[in-house]
Amino acid sequence: MSVKIQFDGETLYCQLNGEIDHHTTLPIRLDIDDRIENCRPQKVILDFTDVTFMDSSGIGLVMGRYKLLSEFNGKLEVTGLSSNSYKVMRLAGLDRIANISKGVK
Amino acid sequence: MIINEFKMTVDSRSVNESFARATVATFSAQLDPTLEEINDIKTAVSEAVTNCIVHGYKNCLGKIYITVKIHDDSKVVVTIRDKGCGISDIKKAREPLFTTLGGDRAGLGFSVMESFTDKLTVRSKVGFGTTVTLCKRIHGRTK
Ligand SMILES: Nc1ncnc2c1ncn2[C@@H]1O[C@H](COP(=O)(O)OP(=O)(O)OP(=O)(O)O)[C@@H](O)[C@H]1O
Ligand SMILES: [Mg+2]
Repeated sequence: MSVKIQFDGETLYCQLNGEIDHHTTLPIRLDIDDRIENCRPQKVILDFTDVTFMDSSGIGLVMGRYKLLSEFNGKLEVTGLSSNSYKVMRLAGLDRIANISKGVK
Repeated sequence: MIINEFKMTVDSRSVNESFARATVATFSAQLDPTLEEINDIKTAVSEAVTNCIVHGYKNCLGKIYITVKIHDDSKVVVTIRDKGCGISDIKKAREPLFTTLGGDRAGLGFSVMESFTDKLTVRSKVGFGTTVTLCKRIHGRTK
């Protein structure tokens, strides 16, 4: 699991890669939060296109970033979800707090 | 009737989460499941194994006992057991959003296990450990 992060002055784009579980989430989360704190972006995009597996740790990852962002009115977008990850996110009701969408594969 | 069975024991190290779910999925592959069914099994197993590590053996290292049974009616039954701290109120623990660990835990592990399998059974005794049983009927690709 890894993450590539880019900031264009407005949007913080985080490209996630690999399997998201309890073991892999912590370092990724610290990386993303660090950049959010520093950049104060208007919007964060979590791109799941290259995520091959996700359990409820992914819910925590999205929910935690949502909470952090809403402290300064930032928006969250989750893109490129596989049908498995989409199912997990919907179960958690994350479609009500963030704009979530499936990827085309 | 059980037609094939597999047992394994792993240490409660988080690096074993991916190993455990992948191994159970590979063993279940003999029923010719769809990709979605395999993912459902992987996700449910990942939740149960993670719970053994982060809750059952919160302050220590222990063993996780996993059994996979394949039944002749295309049913997979996965049992995941720890000898950790146990759960005092199972009904409450299974409620969506209930968690005893704050941080980024959503309290949705049991909900995920429930909705990604056909049946979830939880047995537990404080001080002795927890056993989670996941049942899933595989409809497969061949239909
Ligand atoms: N193996 C276990 N041993 C002891 N307690 C457990 C075990 N499994 C679950 N629990 C208890 O049940 C609660 C609910 O578990 P569940 O998996 O639904 O949520 P979580 O693990 O807290 O959060 P999430 O799975 O969403 O990251 C846990 O917070 C914990 O108190
Ligand atoms: Mg859990």
